[in-house]
Amino acid sequence: MKGRNNIISRQKDNLTYVAVTAAFVILMILQNGGILKRAHTALLVPVCAYIAAALALNLCVGILGELSLGHAGFMSIGAFTGIVVSESLINAVPNTALRLLIAVVIGAVFASFFGFLIGIPVLRLKGDYLAIVTLAFGEIIKDLITCLIVGVDKNGLHIVFNASGAKTAADLHLAEGGKAIIQGAQGAVGTTTISSFTAGFILILVVLFVVQHFVKSCTGRAVMAIRDNRIAAESCGLNVTTYKMIAFVISAGLAGAAGVLYGLNYSSIVATKFNFNTSILILVYVVLGGLGNIQGTIIAATILYVLPELLRAFSDYRMLVYAIVLILVMIITNNKKVILFLTGLGKKKD
Amino acid sequence: MEFLSYLISGLSLGSVYALIALGYTMVYGIAKMLNFAHGDVIMIGGYVSFIVMNSLHLPSWLAVILAIIVCTVLGVVIEGLAYKPLREATSLAVLITAIGVSYFLQNSAQLIWGANPVSYTPVISGTLTFAGGALKVSVSSIVTVLVCVAIMIALQTFVNKSKMGKAMRACSEDKGAAQLMGINVNQTISVTFAIGSALAAVAGVLLCSAYPTLMPTTGSMPGIKAFTAAVFGGIGSIPGAFIGGLLLGIIESMAKAYISTQLANSIVFAVLIIVLLVRPVGIMGKKISEKV
Amino acid sequence: MAYKSDKIKKGNMVPFPSRSLVPERDLDKEPVLECRRLGIQFGGLKAVDDFNLIIGKTEIAGLIGPNGAGKTTVFNLLTKVYQPTEGTIMLNGMDTGGKTTAQINQMGIARTFQNIRLFDRLTVEENVKIGLQNQMKYTTAEGILRLPRYWKNEKKMHERALELLSIFGMENQAEWKAGSLPYGAQRRLEIIRALATNPSLLLLDEPAAGMNPNETMELMETIARIRDEFQIAILLIEHDMNLVMGICEGICVLNFGKVIAKGTAEEIQNNPAVIEAYLGKNREV
Repeated sequence: MKGRNNIISRQKDNLTYVAVTAAFVILMILQNGGILKRAHTALLVPVCAYIAAALALNLCVGILGELSLGHAGFMSIGAFTGIVVSESLINAVPNTALRLLIAVVIGAVFASFFGFLIGIPVLRLKGDYLAIVTLAFGEIIKDLITCLIVGVDKNGLHIVFNASGAKTAADLHLAEGGKAIIQGAQGAVGTTTISSFTAGFILILVVLFVVQHFVKSCTGRAVMAIRDNRIAAESCGLNVTTYKMIAFVISAGLAGAAGVLYGLNYSSIVATKFNFNTSILILVYVVLGGLGNIQGTIIAATILYVLPELLRAFSDYRMLVYAIVLILVMIITNNKKVILFLTGLGKKKD
Repeated sequence: MEFLSYLISGLSLGSVYALIALGYTMVYGIAKMLNFAHGDVIMIGGYVSFIVMNSLHLPSWLAVILAIIVCTVLGVVIEGLAYKPLREATSLAVLITAIGVSYFLQNSAQLIWGANPVSYTPVISGTLTFAGGALKVSVSSIVTVLVCVAIMIALQTFVNKSKMGKAMRACSEDKGAAQLMGINVNQTISVTFAIGSALAAVAGVLLCSAYPTLMPTTGSMPGIKAFTAAVFGGIGSIPGAFIGGLLLGIIESMAKAYISTQLANSIVFAVLIIVLLVRPVGIMGKKISEKV
Repeated sequence: MAYKSDKIKKGNMVPFPSRSLVPERDLDKEPVLECRRLGIQFGGLKAVDDFNLIIGKTEIAGLIGPNGAGKTTVFNLLTKVYQPTEGTIMLNGMDTGGKTTAQINQMGIARTFQNIRLFDRLTVEENVKIGLQNQMKYTTAEGILRLPRYWKNEKKMHERALELLSIFGMENQAEWKAGSLPYGAQRRLEIIRALATNPSLLLLDEPAAGMNPNETMELMETIARIRDEFQIAILLIEHDMNLVMGICEGICVLNFGKVIAKGTAEEIQNNPAVIEAYLGKNREV
């Protein structure tokens, strides 16, 4: 008995890396073999981004135990930072892989920084109040980015804040050869897309590495202890605010990294893409995957992102079907009577 | 004068938020759940009244009544089918289910009425002129505010005085104990949903009269803002939802007029954040301290 | 002899009778805890008022009183779960004013809870490791990257955790989820977790609640052993008078938030104020 659980959980961790790698290899073979249709390969990068974002949110909701309804905001910060970085360095760093790496790192750092700033007020609140404030921050981030006009020329970055809605890229006063990167409500236009499925796969591995190791470190343990019983954790000498902040900042940073991957996958993207509904979408992956369950989150994110696309055959009905599936799954997995009934069926078969 | 007209339009918008927030707050108080589908019930209320007036050509008062009936039934059915099986589940599971219901309502509406916005005929029209034409106030604004005040007083009386109201308060304190005292908890929750949805129908009609474009996603942003209003006032508190809604409406209207149309929502949310930092349970919320 | 609270002068720091709560062998040392005129008001209600207590370095003291007397509130004041509205608490000669619950623990007070508060979804060992958290010497980054200090510390703390669990013979349950333990084991785990934080004063809130007489006897012995091995002071709240009278060197009786008596077991048993508090006034017919 002793040590068995430990070994099992370590095996499970390693198995996750293996399974993700296997899925990647299979998909690569299918893609190169021309078996996957164009419509399907287009899903590969966004799926990776959403898996990474869901794993990041899982850290916040499942491990830290605080409901965040604004994680799309961190993705957004990551995405637009990444786009600006990538577009600015387009001549300085011609290697796309290296440029993507730099963009992801800087995007993640920016998102972490905002995670820290937002965490200061947010983490003082509790439960539903905390949730609504993260929602509020998500919407504020969306609105602020919608007001941003950013351009680059030989003199460096030019930023204009368009609160009145009357300004355009012309107000940047770019020198000759300059380029407007983000154009307010129109979003980022004309971005060179440098995300790839391989990059997405590596990002997932890195996020997995960070999350799985964090949970098994003393900090992760402290965060889970605070989730289970804040008062007891305080009485054990844990500085609750610090630990919560560490988890929140890491979660924000990882979501930011996912955002960079997502943002650099499209030649144009608007800030309203990362609205409340996107936050909710990621939350659905996390909850359906099982709170705090890393493997479940990956599976749920994959299925739920791909499902509406596979349901295209139903065209108009697909989102309706999606909604019904969502409700039914929640009822089936959470209703005691249904669970008893299902486990009873399983036993009879045995 | 300009200020006064912004104030009145803010009050009118705030009254609509308050009506929606009342539904949020009552359901939260009793079922301890964030009913994210609430905003979409508003939209259904809007469509039902639209159909009754424009397709069936029936009078507007009948449209309002039919909208109330349909939404009430809808609220009870949603509660019975989707939320009741999850009474013992975690609040997150219920939240996700509510989101599922919200998707369901939006997409059903899209299938039935199409995704394109329709132009809503205001239930009440006309403008009153004051101060020699300097101040124009639409009748619907005044009616909206009056209706909201009347409903809020009625609701407060109902919750404090009637037997069902007492049952509701008992359930919100402690469901288990309420059940032991012979209160039918399930029925009480159903009634709460019925009342909340009926209010949403009224809010839907008033909202569409003020902003006459109607589409399947019409309810979601007012829904989120009303939820904000409910939290603002202290979720679970009826006067809190009322005050929160009005304040939110006024702040939004003023922000639009004097600061920035684009950032109006952000300003509303920023004020919410500041209020919650000063009073972590909202303006009228009760502080619940954990017993150690 | 009766020692009524009104006979103790207000502001008198030396508890009365002066020796009872500081055992003789500790008299030459500084006391671990010194509360002076401690009090808290909830609204208009004085839940604890004018509470004075001195506990010696290796003393086992008891805090008793009828239900609602304010015993747990005293614990909450000592650990700053509630901020006292009056009075001072000195811990090992240091003022604890303005400190948080976490800082109080780091200064040397560990506690258990009346209604058990474990980290249910963590394993037994992880619960103990939370107690050892502040002795872990590696950063979050080192933990994520699994640098040598991570392995060294985790190994050391794993061994320490098992060692602590062996106090109650629980090392075989180290991998269990804390929430799945039986009730008695949960109470014991709470004590171990508190001990893991390396306290100089251990506060036990009804450690014997829900235990049968045999288990209580065993617990008594273990508490005494913990004092001897760890050389710490223990203050416990308990309703089981056999345990209190059998183990505590000094006893303090609370009623309606006020100290009504202090003394040795014998003195308390014969104190009319205590008897009255527990059994009510003798009415003459």
